[in-house]
Formats: sequence, structure tokens, C-alpha cells
Amino acid sequence: MFLFIVFAAIAVVAALGVILSRKPVYSALFLLLNFATLAAMYILLQAQFLAAVQIIVYAGAIVVLFLFVVMLIGGGELGPGDRETSRQGAALRSLVSLSNGLPKGDKETRKQGDAATSLASPHGSAAPRLRGSLALVLAVLLLAAVGYGLVTGHLFPVQGNAAAFGQGSVEAIGAALYTDYLLPFELTSVLLLVGMVGAVVLAKNEG
Amino acid sequence: MVPTSSYLILSAVLFCIGVVGVLIRRNVLIIFMSVEMMLNAVNLTFAALAKHFLQLNGQIFVLMAMVVAAAEVAVGLAIVMTVVRHKDTTNIEDVNLLKG
Repeated sequence: MFLFIVFAAIAVVAALGVILSRKPVYSALFLLLNFATLAAMYILLQAQFLAAVQIIVYAGAIVVLFLFVVMLIGGGELGPGDRETSRQGAALRSLVSLSNGLPKGDKETRKQGDAATSLASPHGSAAPRLRGSLALVLAVLLLAAVGYGLVTGHLFPVQGNAAAFGQGSVEAIGAALYTDYLLPFELTSVLLLVGMVGAVVLAKNEG
Repeated sequence: MVPTSSYLILSAVLFCIGVVGVLIRRNVLIIFMSVEMMLNAVNLTFAALAKHFLQLNGQIFVLMAMVVAAAEVAVGLAIVMTVVRHKDTTNIEDVNLLKG
């Protein structure tokens, strides 16, 4: 339960970091942290193969793709045209103050909202450092929790009722995937082919 | 032993954070990331229920969802790149070609 709480806290804070960061680069890196935490969750759920696939596909392919696009369209610095409109800014502020759980009066809400905006602002000099150190603390916490789980054996598969479950091993998943789910498995290859062709066509089409 | 309900609550929280991200952000990249987070939350639900019922069907479905997410991200980011090439923006307020 202790490990679950640590992982859940890291996942939620990383998710909030994704949607509250001003620069898409930070969002992508928080997204990476979120995916890594979910991989640890899969191990807690005795789905080891899913954890490996989560790291390879999500953290290895999708986040890298996001980072490539962020780099290609200009380093991730939001221009003035990309600034949130005032309505969205107000919604964001009210949401942040709501999540702080203290919507007491308009003035206090606004004060908290301003604090939140200054936290989310790319111009404040302390804010990026604070967010970076937050991300560092979260990542170190994740590593420490995984190490703790490995040392104490909480992350190892339980032997009891998990035998019928196949422990989420590659063998059990492969047996199910190539017998009961053969047709969906083949159809996903068509889906991947269509996605690949679509991406190439969109990338090639100059006009 | 962690109860299944706590996994479901966590995945609901992550899903709601993703929804809020889609609603409040105007950068199309961050909207995509929020969609990915929502997909991941649903995957966590599948894995938790697979463990709960001791059946592998949920894990198979997570694999399918991952394939769909990979294809979606490839096509979606290609669309983003095309939009950036044509309009030089990632703000979805500026991309309203279908608005009639």
C-alpha cells in the first residue's frame, strides 16, 4: 500500500505538471515521468510484460516523437500568439485555486490564482527552477520507491493466486494473443500500416 | 495488498486531469499529451480489473490500446507538423478551417 501511495502521488503530480507547464518541453518530460510511474503500477499489478511494453512504446517511442515535434517547431517556447486567452487563463486560475481547496472569497481566490500564474509563468526566474527541482525530486522519489520495492520484494510477483493468472508473463500473454485474439492481433498490424502510410503521406505532402 | 478500488480511483483522477488539460490548454501538443494521459488512465483500469478478476483479457486489451495510441500519435503529430508548416502556429484557436 505504501508503494502504491508513493506511485499514485508521483503520477498525479506529474499529470498536473503536464497540463500546467507553459513550455511543451516540460510537459513532455512530465509525461515521461507519468508513463514511467504507470509502468511501476503495472508491475504492482503483476503485469510485467505490460510494464516493459509501456516503457518501450510510450516512454521510448511516443515521448521521443513528442520531443522531436516540440524541437522541430521551435524549442517549445510559447510565442505571444500561443498565450492562453483570458477566458482560459481565468478558468485555469479558478481551477488551480479550486484544487487548492480554498475558494474563500474573490480576493483570496485571485491572490492564489496569481500565485499559480506566476508559478506557471515562463518569465519568472524562480519558477522554472522550482519546477525543475520538483521534477527532479519526483524522479528521484520514483527511483527510490522502485529500489525499495525491489529490495524488500514488494515488486516481485506474488506466488499464491497469481499462478492461475500467469503473472502477466510473456508466455501467458502470447498464448492468449495467438489463439483467442488472433484476428484482433492481425487487424492491429493493418492499423499500424494505415497509420504509417498516413504519417508518410502527411509529411510528404508539400502543397 | 492494494484494493482494486484505489487503482480505479487513481485512474479516474488521472483521466479527469487529462480532460481538464484538453479543456483548458490551447496548445495542440499539450492537448495531445492530455489525450495520451487519458488513454493511459484507461489502460490502468484495464490492468487493475485484469488483476481483480485474474483474467488476461484486460491485459490483451491494454496492448491493443497501446497500438491504437501509437498509430494515433504518429498520424496526429504528422497533422500537427502540417498545420505548423501551413499556418505557423500550434494554437488551436487559429486553426478553424472547418468552422463554416
